[in-house]
This record gives sequence, structure tokens and C-alpha cells, in this order.
Amino acid sequence: MAASAQAQAIWVGTRKGLFVVRRNASGWTLGAPHFPGEPVTQLAFDPSSGACYAALRLGHFGVKLWKSADGVGTWQQVSAPAFPPKPVEGEWKDDATPWTVDMVWALEAGPGTLWAGCLPAGLFKSADGGASWQLVDSLWLRPERKEWLGGGYDHPGIHSILVDPRNGNHLTVAVSCGGVWQTRDAGTTWTNTSNGMVADFMPPERREDPNIQDVHRVAQCAADPDVLWAQHHGGLYRSDDGALNWLRLAAPAISEFGFAVAAHPTDPARAWFVPAHSDAERVGGRASRRDPGP
Amino acid sequence: MPTVEFASALTRHVACAPQSVDAATLREALANAFRAAPALQGYVLDEQGAVRKHVAVFVNARMISDRSRLDIALQPGDNVLVIQALTGG
Repeated sequence: MAASAQAQAIWVGTRKGLFVVRRNASGWTLGAPHFPGEPVTQLAFDPSSGACYAALRLGHFGVKLWKSADGVGTWQQVSAPAFPPKPVEGEWKDDATPWTVDMVWALEAGPGTLWAGCLPAGLFKSADGGASWQLVDSLWLRPERKEWLGGGYDHPGIHSILVDPRNGNHLTVAVSCGGVWQTRDAGTTWTNTSNGMVADFMPPERREDPNIQDVHRVAQCAADPDVLWAQHHGGLYRSDDGALNWLRLAAPAISEFGFAVAAHPTDPARAWFVPAHSDAERVGGRASRRDPGP
Repeated sequence: MPTVEFASALTRHVACAPQSVDAATLREALANAFRAAPALQGYVLDEQGAVRKHVAVFVNARMISDRSRLDIALQPGDNVLVIQALTGG
């Protein structure tokens, strides 16, 4: 789901198409869907070009990416992220993770670069508006990836990409289950920054291992990008130092289990979570969080 | 020459008429057929060159069993049909 920059509109990607909800004088109006009947997993607006991108996960025919250069819905299919041929020799020839993109799980536009996080957990970049994509080898080929786990899916995936509005070379990505990773050189080198997170469900010796943290979603305050919020499999977290350290927050009334989190764009002390009843009973409500203090 | 035809479930995404192609194997037949509609390849094959798991390929009405081994010999007059496998609900 994304808020459109050019109008008061909410774009909602669903398993049955991309819906636009617009506000007018009489309230909110639901329009006809784009890509009717098709699963739309991600949507991204590129403010520098005015283009809009929609990622589809066709049940039979794979991942597709569509682009609207005018940002209003005249769509053209462009290239979708794709892995290079899987090595037939060397360290990765027996990689248990398939080298085929199953879903675009995160899609973000930075200055001059479009980033896609996928399931399995490949990070891809495009410098030509989706005409071509390159796998970010520096993350995909890290030995730590062999320790990553699938969460709700069979394989680990990248579901959150945060481009620092102050520096487009600084990215924060999150992996379920593989923790939070950051680069400050546009993807040349990476550091796991999951300090403070605890995976309660893991064996005691591994609970604080940064490389197996099951982060469900990370959000960043646009006005204060050093403030980040995370919905983790086992709790709500906040960081005040650019994700170097994470503080576990007190559980809200329903539970501290959930998936979604949205950061307030200007108030670094406020975020919204959607906690479920529990891991085993994934229904629930919503919670607004204001930290520190009420 | 073998013929290659894609079912309407595929050609509604990327138009591609039935065609005769010069090919000695199934892999060659598909590759040559995709020349007429390059965008169709990504709908039928994944990036490793295997038939997508919810797509089925038939040679003379017999479904191939191994999605990765497409080096099946074809004879002139063989018919290749690619369909959307009816999986899920």
C-alpha cells in the first residue's frame, strides 16, 4: 500500500488487483482496479521521475513488473528482477535456496536507483528505470545467507528496504529470518545491525544471534531517519541511532506479535502497529505507539 | 518441422500464434518459438531455464515429466503444446 504523492489517494495492492482509493468532496471512493484479478505484491513511486511501478506475482507465470511513466496508470511491462544462472561449481552449487524470484516483496525508489527485495532473499537494483536489473552479489553471496531461515514462506526473503533520504547510498534492508542489514556504499559492503533483538523461539544459545532475527517489517521516520521501528516475530522494537541498536518496547494490550508497522512521517515518536492476538491466532486490532513517553 | 502452440491462458498475456519451427529438441523448439514473442519466455520458463511449476508442456499430447530436462528429441511433425497447469483452487 502506498500514498500517492500527486493526489489524496491510497493505492492498495491485493491478490485481486491494484485498487486506488481517492478522496473527494463526498469522502473516499474506490475505483476500478488496475490488473484486475492479478496479485499485486508491491507498488513504488519514483518522485524524481514521476514514474510508478507495480510488481505482480502471477500464480502460474511468475513475477512481472509494470511501469507507468506518467504515474497515473498507463502501464507498460518492463523487466522483472531475475537471478543469474545458478553456479554449477564452487561454493554455491549446492545452495538449498532456489535462484528463482518467487515474489517482489519490497520495492523502493532512491535517487537514480530502483531497489527490489525478493523472495528468496535477493536484493536487486536497476539504474535504468526497470529496463534491466542486477543482483546485489555482495549481499546474496555472503556466507551468512546460508544461515538465514524461511519465516512464513519456505525460503528467507527481503521485505523491507529503506533508502536514507539524506544519502541514497545508505540502505537498510530487513530479512525474514536474517536480521537487519545496512550498506553505506550503495550495496558494496554490508553490516548486520540487529543488536538488541531477541528471537525468543530459538535455542537459548542463538536467541541474540543477529543473523537469525525474524524481522517482519521495518519502517523509518522520514523527518528523522535515525529513528526506525520494527515489528519482529517476537516483539516491537525501536532504534534511535540508525538501527545500530534496538530497544524492545513494552507489549501493547493485544500482543507484541504482528506484521505491519508504519512510521509517522514527521513525528519521530509515533508509529502504528497492527498486533495480532498471538503467533498462533493471527487476528487482532491496531495499536498506535508513542515512544518515548505518552 | 515441429509445431509449437501456446494456450490462450498464455497468449492473453503475450500474443503468439501457432508456428512451425526448425528444431531437433524441445529446448530448441521453445527457444525458436520465443523469437516470435520474446516476452513470452518469462511466462513459460523461469530464469534458470526450467518450465515454471504451474505450466505444463506436452509433446504429442504426452506431458513432459522433468521441468529442467528439455533436451527431448523432436521429429518433424511433432506437436508441442504449452498450457497453464490447473493447479490450486
